[in-house]
Order: sequence, then structure tokens, then C-alpha cells
Amino acid sequence: MKRVLHVVKKEFLQLRRDKRMVGMLFVAPILQLLLLGYAATLDIKNIPMVVCDLDNTKQSRELTEHYVSSGYFKLVDYLDDINDIDYYFRSGKAGIAVIIPVHFGRDLLAGRNPQLAVIADGSDSNTGGIGLSYASVIALSYARNIVVQRAEKYGLIKSSNDLPQVIAQSRAWFNQDLKSVNFMVPAVLVMVLMIITTMLTSLAIVKEKEAGTIEQIVVTPLRDSEFILGKMIPFTIIGFIEMFLVLVVAVYFFQVPLRGSLPALLILSLLFIIVGLGLGIFVSSVSKTQQQATMTAQFIIIFPMMILSGFVFPIQNMPKGFQYITYLIPIRYALEIVRGIFLKGDSFSNLIPQTLALLAIGTVVLSLSIYTFRRSLR
Amino acid sequence: MALAIKAVNLTKKFGSFTAVDSISFEIEEGRVIGFIGANGAGKSTTIKMLCGLTKPTSGEALVAGFDVANHPEQVRQNIGYMSQRFSLYGDLTVKENIEFYGGVYGLGNSELRQRFEWVVEVADLKGRENLLTRDLPLGWRQRLALGCAVLHHPKIVFLDEPTSGVDPVVRDKFWNLIGRLSQEGATIVVTTHHLEEAEFCESIIMMHLGRIVVSGSPEGIRKQFADLPLFEIETSKPVEVFNLLESEPWISDAAIFGGNVHVYAETGDPASVIEQVLNKNGIAKYTITKAAPTLEDIFINVTRNV
Repeated sequence: MKRVLHVVKKEFLQLRRDKRMVGMLFVAPILQLLLLGYAATLDIKNIPMVVCDLDNTKQSRELTEHYVSSGYFKLVDYLDDINDIDYYFRSGKAGIAVIIPVHFGRDLLAGRNPQLAVIADGSDSNTGGIGLSYASVIALSYARNIVVQRAEKYGLIKSSNDLPQVIAQSRAWFNQDLKSVNFMVPAVLVMVLMIITTMLTSLAIVKEKEAGTIEQIVVTPLRDSEFILGKMIPFTIIGFIEMFLVLVVAVYFFQVPLRGSLPALLILSLLFIIVGLGLGIFVSSVSKTQQQATMTAQFIIIFPMMILSGFVFPIQNMPKGFQYITYLIPIRYALEIVRGIFLKGDSFSNLIPQTLALLAIGTVVLSLSIYTFRRSLR
Repeated sequence: MALAIKAVNLTKKFGSFTAVDSISFEIEEGRVIGFIGANGAGKSTTIKMLCGLTKPTSGEALVAGFDVANHPEQVRQNIGYMSQRFSLYGDLTVKENIEFYGGVYGLGNSELRQRFEWVVEVADLKGRENLLTRDLPLGWRQRLALGCAVLHHPKIVFLDEPTSGVDPVVRDKFWNLIGRLSQEGATIVVTTHHLEEAEFCESIIMMHLGRIVVSGSPEGIRKQFADLPLFEIETSKPVEVFNLLESEPWISDAAIFGGNVHVYAETGDPASVIEQVLNKNGIAKYTITKAAPTLEDIFINVTRNV
């Protein structure tokens, strides 16, 4: 055990000398937080819109006004010719176009069903899709207003309340305002832990392969398990420090509510850290240089896992086959745990399946990695 | 005398390539042994098998009395190993490197302090304890690496190409250190492709293509090969003599050394045959003497016929 401490001490000494690494350790997570917290918002606001008003009536102008005042759209230009839409989409100056045809106002007032064309730039399918549905909802509500106004005018109803309607009282639980920040920032915690543990552990070991010091280690009485443990402990500690850093910024700067149990968060993160360390050791057993290790960690481990984890793309939208694969992705469970604890106020008792899954994956990954790593040494 | 190392039919194959081909040897305790051979002869692979860095494909080896395949941990307690890549941590200071390796070898505080002083002294690093090792000149780094590899007083010290890439002065200093370790009782096993270093060894094992071709003390080997038909021709026209003799079919090797030409002549009564050739071509002034073979001559001779 004493030998393990010597390895740990050596790791910290080396880390302290690596100014760039220390900078990365503390700047990278904060940068990620800021980027994902602010820039990577999934909220739809101010979609640039062009309106081709061929009708030019009071009604068509009112509709346009409705769009702008909703806050979802930003009017970029009025067009006279529908062919101009092409230019606006191609240049990216507009993401959505509304074409109000001739007689729109007249038909509306006459109680006929006027047509309205809404075109979205589908190259950004997310914004396009959401923009389209917002646009039709706004058009519908505008049409309803006209109906109500006319009914009032002819004395059919006294107020708009007399018109029968179904009102969906919608509430978003756990994240009332549906803020992306609340969804993203806890996820960054998981990403930071993943990157620190997998990437740095693998680099720290491969560095010794590159320098040849690992040969020297192998001929000392230091056991493989002691060496691996000595490499894992520092990065577990660093992972924990990073987690606190992210936690503080998340709660105090981004005001993400931490509703659940903090001990559960800490203990389950430790579990996740161990999975990450296992992956790091795996990477270092298949890599000979730090470059290889970085590439392997990024493109074979972190990137695919991120995509399949539900970090950005909802798992329920994936094809069935991929949905099954996500059960093998540790980040998936870590995300459920972290988002659950932050937003839903979960504690251990709500997270038993995820905990067991991480435990199982962790055990398998860690033992397999240590096995392959030991084999790679000789 | 007890044996430090005993290898029996030790073999290492990498796929279809046989790096070490069923070699057997014994090394007595307290000796300085040199493995000599060209790059790829199998020296480093042999040492790596003895240290437990790579598993033998077949055969067995006892190091310090322990089987390397079955008791690698006991073997490691008893050996020190230094590779040609100087396994120091460049981003740690001299002091930190010594402390780390001391800790890994399980040295107690007082022993570590004592060995620390020893390493600093033999590696000539007084006053440089707090320098990063990557900033040290190669010669110092090399002696520090050796110092770190023997902190735990190993019975057997393996040095794999320790002197590649250093100048002769540094090399001499390094060999002084090896001599000192030997005097303290350690068995030293060193690999090198510098044949002049073989002279520092009590016993040498020449390897070629994975096999042992010659072994023994440098003196013994020279005696064994004293009859090699090596001749030295002293002449004022070495280039002409070289050109004349080189093309003869019975000259298997010729070289110019300063004003002399060395030839390896495989023919009956070489001296008179050489004389005939030179006389016929109008070279008048020369003396032919039978030359004692150097280890290099012997090495070239034994590897040529394999």
C-alpha cells in the first residue's frame, strides 16, 4: 500500500509541473459549462422570418404582427416576389417564410378557409420543425380571434368565453420554464467527469509507455495492481475537485436548482468516475502513443457515447436497435442520475436501476481493462 | 561458485520470427558479463526475458535462483534493470526520481537517505539535486538512471545498451561505475554492440541471429581464435595493396588501418601467396606479419560463416 502512495505522490508532482495540463483541468470544464450553458441552447427564439404578403390587407398585416409579437420570430424582410425566398434561405438570412396569398383577408372575413403557406429551412431540422409548428399555432389562434370578434359583432356571443373550447392547461414539471440551461448544465458535469477520467488516465499511462519508464516500473517489485491504483487515485481526486467546481458554477452562477440528495450525487459520481477510469485504462492498453490515446478516447469512446447517451439527442427518437445499444452506454445512466438528482429531486431510492447498471458496467469495464492492460505490459 | 543466472533452451518467437533461438548459458555470481552482437542479434530480447519484461516462448531461466516464468516477483526483488532509454521521469527532479524509485523498492527512510547520498555521489550530482532530470546532460542522466536502478542493492544488474549514444569520456565514467557495483558484489549483465567494451567484461557471450556463437573470457576467446589467418601488411602504398588484394577470391576480408592493410586470407600458406601477388604487381616495399585477432576480427569471422 505504501508503494501505491509513492505512485500517487509522483503523479501529483508530475501534474504540478505540467502547467498546460493544470490549465486545461480548470479552464476546460468552465469553458464547457459556459458554452453549453449559454450557446448550446435548444430553446427556440427569434427565428429569422421573411413575409411575402401578397394580400396586403389589414388582416394580413395583423397576422404578421402576431408572428413578430410572439417572440419566436424576428421579421427580417417583406418580400414582393415568392421567388426571393430562395435567396433568403440559401444565404441563411431567414429560417422561415410565410406566404400570405391574395384574398387572404377577404376569405377570412367571409368565413371561407384561406390558405397560408409556411416554409421552413429544413437544413436545420430542429429549428425548422419547431418553427413550423409554432407558426401554425399562431395562425390558428389568430383565426380564432377573428371568429370570436365576428361572433361578438353579430351578437352571437357576449364574450369570447361563451365560445366552447378545450383548453390544455400545460405544465412542465421539474423544469417549469423548460430552460435548456437546467437540462444542459447538469449534463456538463457528466461530460467533464468522463473526459477527465478517460482522457487523462489514458494519457498518464501512455506517457509512461512513450517515455519507456513503464519498463522500469515493470521490473520493480511494484505490482501491476498497485501501479494501476496509483494512477487511478489522483484522477479520482481530480475528478471530484472538478465536479465540485462545476457544481458550484451550476448552482450559483447558472442557478440550476439542486433539488435532490447531494450525498447521492457524490457517491454515484464516484461510481461513474470508476467507469471512466476503466475506459481510460482500456485506451492505454491499446495505445502506444499519446496521440493514439487521444484519438481513441475521443473518437472511439467519448464521441459515440455522447451521441448515444441522450446528452443532446433524445433516446426515444432513435431507431430501436440503437435504443438497445444505449443500455450499454454508461453516460446514459450517469445523465439520468445527474439530471434526476438536480431537477427531479431524486435520491438513492429513485435511482436503483441506474445505480445497478453503472455498477455492472463499471465492474466489467474495470476488470476487462485491467486484464488487457496487464497483458499489454508483457 | 553459485550461479546467478542459468538459462536452458531459452527461446523467444515473435510470430514466425525467432528472436532468440534456444540458447543456454550459465553466469556465475559476481561476474561482469557482456552480451555482444549486432542490432537484432537477440541480446535485448534475452535480457528482457531474464528480467521478466517479456515471456519466453519456450525454455526456462533461473535468475537469482528463481524461475522467471513462475516467480517473477521474487526475481524482481533481486534485480536492477536499466534500459537503453534511461527510464527516469524527465519532469521530476533528481531528488524526486530517487525518492520515487526508493519508495517503489520499499526502502526505509534511513536506508533511502543513505542510498540517496550514494547515488548523488556516484552520479556526480552534488548540488544538482533539484534540477529536472530532462535538463541534465546525457552522461549524468545515464549514471542517475543506473543509480536509481540499483537503489535496493540488487544481486544482479541488467544493463541494456547503457552506453549507446554517449561519448568515450562519458562511457569510461559509466564503466567506472559498473566496476564499482561489481566490487560491491553485484553480478552485472550488460549488452553492447561496442566491441571495445567487451574488454571491460570478465566474460562475454557473442550473439548472432538469435544464437550464441562464441562465449568465454576475452582472453580465452582470443586464444581460441589465435590461428585465424589474419595478416597485417605494412606498406607505403596501402590503397594499391588493398585494391590488389580485395578482389582475390581467397581474401574474404580486407581493410585499411592507417598505413597498414589487414587481410583475412583463406588459403594454404597465405603469407607466400600474398607475397606472390604483391611482387607480380610491382609492389616492392612491404612487410607481412601474422596479426593477433581482435575481438572484432573474431566476431566478424564467426558471424560470416553462420
